[in-house]
Amino acid sequence: MYDFLKNLDRRWIFLLMFLSVSIPIIIIGITGQSFPEKPTALSITTFEIIENLKEGDKVLLSFDFDPASEGELGPMATAFTYHCAAKKLKMYFMALWPVGPQMVDNAIENVIKKDFPHLVYGEDYVNLGFKSGGEGVIKVIVTDFMELYSTDARGTPFKSIPMNKEISSVQDMDLVINISAGSAGTKEWVQYAVTPYPDEITLIAGCTGVQAPLLYPYIPEQLPGLLGAIKGAAEYEKLVFDRYYRDEGLEVPGRYQEGVRRMGPQLVAHLLMILLIIAGNYIFFAEKKRGIP
Amino acid sequence: MDRQKLIWTVVCVVGALGLIINAVTRDAGSVYVKNVDHEFALVEDEKWVDVSSDDALDYDLEGKERINWSSEEQANYRDYQEANKAKPSQSKYSFSLSRTFGVWIAAMFTLFIMSFLFKDNPFYKFAESVVVGVSAAYWMVVGFWDVIIPNLFGKLSPSFINSWAMPGLEGEADLLYLVPLVLGIMLLWRLAPSGTWISRWPLAFIIGTTAGIRLIGFIHADFLSQIRNSIIPLAVFENGSFMFWDSFLNLILIIGVLTAIVYFFFSIEHKGLVGKTARVGIWFLMITFGAAFGYTVMGRIALLAIRLEFLFDDWLWIIDPAMNRIAGT
Amino acid sequence: MKRTVPLLITAFGGFVLIISYFIPATQGWGETVAIWFDVLASIAFILGGANLLKIHLKKVSDWQSGWGFSAVTISAFIITLYVGLTKMGVNPSTNYPDYVWSGSYREMGAPFWWLYEYAFKPLTATMFAMLAFYVASAAFRAFRAKNTEAILLLGTAFIILLGRTFAGVFLTSWLPESLSGLRIENLTVTIMQVFNTAGNRAIMIGIALGIASTSLKVLLGVDRSYLGGGED
Repeated sequence: MYDFLKNLDRRWIFLLMFLSVSIPIIIIGITGQSFPEKPTALSITTFEIIENLKEGDKVLLSFDFDPASEGELGPMATAFTYHCAAKKLKMYFMALWPVGPQMVDNAIENVIKKDFPHLVYGEDYVNLGFKSGGEGVIKVIVTDFMELYSTDARGTPFKSIPMNKEISSVQDMDLVINISAGSAGTKEWVQYAVTPYPDEITLIAGCTGVQAPLLYPYIPEQLPGLLGAIKGAAEYEKLVFDRYYRDEGLEVPGRYQEGVRRMGPQLVAHLLMILLIIAGNYIFFAEKKRGIP
Repeated sequence: MDRQKLIWTVVCVVGALGLIINAVTRDAGSVYVKNVDHEFALVEDEKWVDVSSDDALDYDLEGKERINWSSEEQANYRDYQEANKAKPSQSKYSFSLSRTFGVWIAAMFTLFIMSFLFKDNPFYKFAESVVVGVSAAYWMVVGFWDVIIPNLFGKLSPSFINSWAMPGLEGEADLLYLVPLVLGIMLLWRLAPSGTWISRWPLAFIIGTTAGIRLIGFIHADFLSQIRNSIIPLAVFENGSFMFWDSFLNLILIIGVLTAIVYFFFSIEHKGLVGKTARVGIWFLMITFGAAFGYTVMGRIALLAIRLEFLFDDWLWIIDPAMNRIAGT
Repeated sequence: MKRTVPLLITAFGGFVLIISYFIPATQGWGETVAIWFDVLASIAFILGGANLLKIHLKKVSDWQSGWGFSAVTISAFIITLYVGLTKMGVNPSTNYPDYVWSGSYREMGAPFWWLYEYAFKPLTATMFAMLAFYVASAAFRAFRAKNTEAILLLGTAFIILLGRTFAGVFLTSWLPESLSGLRIENLTVTIMQVFNTAGNRAIMIGIALGIASTSLKVLLGVDRSYLGGGED
């Protein structure tokens, strides 16, 4: 056993990881069954912050991520967009990452155009697009949008868009939702938007697993709601689609269950990780017993 | 031919045959689109109206100048099948060769990158070279159309940009934007064989601005606010009754913050009471790092899951969780 | 002169932003400096791309080892750049149908979108997906319970790994309500809200002081390493 583990080619570990993710994906994809989700307090708080907004309230959604993090953040983006559209909130999309606008386009195509075709661009939602500079952008738009956004992403003059007439800066938003994969992201929104204007700006966020532990010190004073990693996405999906589909007696479409589905391979892969750590420590203790340094 | 090469050849041949059979018999990996026609008529001076919109009813469109084009929207196999069933000669939904080719290219790229897990090989190197080139150019294009055109040239000469790229752009020329233009040209001097000292000016500006922004941001949000956030009640009362568990956890939190800060204070030798306090701080930090590891693992696995979902769903059509195809395929 | 002016520029940029934070009347200056920074950031994208081209062109022209792959990089770069900058295949905006350049460069169906959807996205996403394999291999090879600290780290990792999936709920659901705090999913929440918060708060405070110190050194000209060595 010791010799087998000690000399194990790491490609066998790669294969085990591949199988531990792909087999649950196939089983869940074919059967349609996934593990039950029980939302935790932080996800419930995030849900309730949006749920307590009124029709017509203004929400800024900043999609600060790219395809490399879409596995974790894509479901959050979809669920946030759905929730805001279902609540009839006015959605202002923007991005601090160059590929963020593609993520915005995906959310608009897959959620708004499919399930809310009655929403009108310019009256119910607008895509302001990407501007470079990270925290420099936040620093400017927190006092004046038009200094950077003279037009929206389609080239329409900012103030000629009906829903933009009511806003001049981020402080006019009733809520800021940030979906973040790194820098510039949630940390920068907290540092340059929320902290200088704590009474004017409320921020909730969805972030990657790598970032989530680093943002906990901001909770709840600077960041009242946070969805951390794919688990946060799955919990939030459960809350949103229970409220707007299951509670109405409707079946949730498969495309709104991505986060919940991905918890299946997560479970198996996590168990594999634990087994691998135990196996590695077996080698360590076996060597210690044999007196091998 | 040695044994390993033989095994790989057999695997590749069987795999390729399987893919071809899957594609030919089940249309696996194919992509369908909805064709949308757009037509606009010039109804007044510089006013164009969408011929299919309600606004067009207010005008007589006979003899008016027209512009038209067609675009494609992503559709799914189920929509295509249903449209064909209703009317076999329909052209609203059609097979898209370019997007189907794209799905197969994307799948090949995915497998090329994953092949590195077995061994470094020319397929991986090819894929890596493509991603480097495409992503660098992608960022340049985004920077050009989203920032340089509207926020630099659009501010220096709004009428020129308005005349061809952004008809909605308004405003007067702001010559203050000559400063970032000049600094930008100086920045590009970095590529020149000599005179790279010229690029120090814009670099100095970037560094100074970053330092200025971050100094305030970090002190306010990460220092002062964190100290304030740490001032929490050691005795928590709710409706008049003492909450032991909440109070205990608050105490643990404060002890954790203080002992971990003591650990980071290296100006005093970690001996005696300071050493013991720092040791407790290290324990809190180890728990922090363990939590970070757990979350990091969670994050990485989700990224792998989405790629495998692409291969099994969009390419091989083994699963269909979003019901994009008729049940049973 | 070659080093003095940059130092003055650094100080100018930084102090204008700091002053504008405290004196509302100067807020406009701070906004202006931040906007210049944002514009320069996008010019830096161009610098990055051009630098990449320069390096790979040199590799090809010198016939260095691996020049073939550099040629692939250059081809991919030029194709993407041409297709994106010329808005090839992009239809006009529906707001301005008579302006052929008014459409969005990201329009779905256009060649630039195709390159994003079928080259950029799968390649970058798969590159990051590979980390799942490496994290598994690293866990097997490196995580050893050598001492108390390592045991604390590994124990916490186990609790988080189990607690953030259904496995944790399943394993400890038998615990009675009075001990519900010990259920793994609740332990996970406690670890994150108390221990993780404490540790990361201390780290955050330390980093903030470090950033403040480094920023001041840069702005006051004490730290000049960013200017590089020598005259050129």
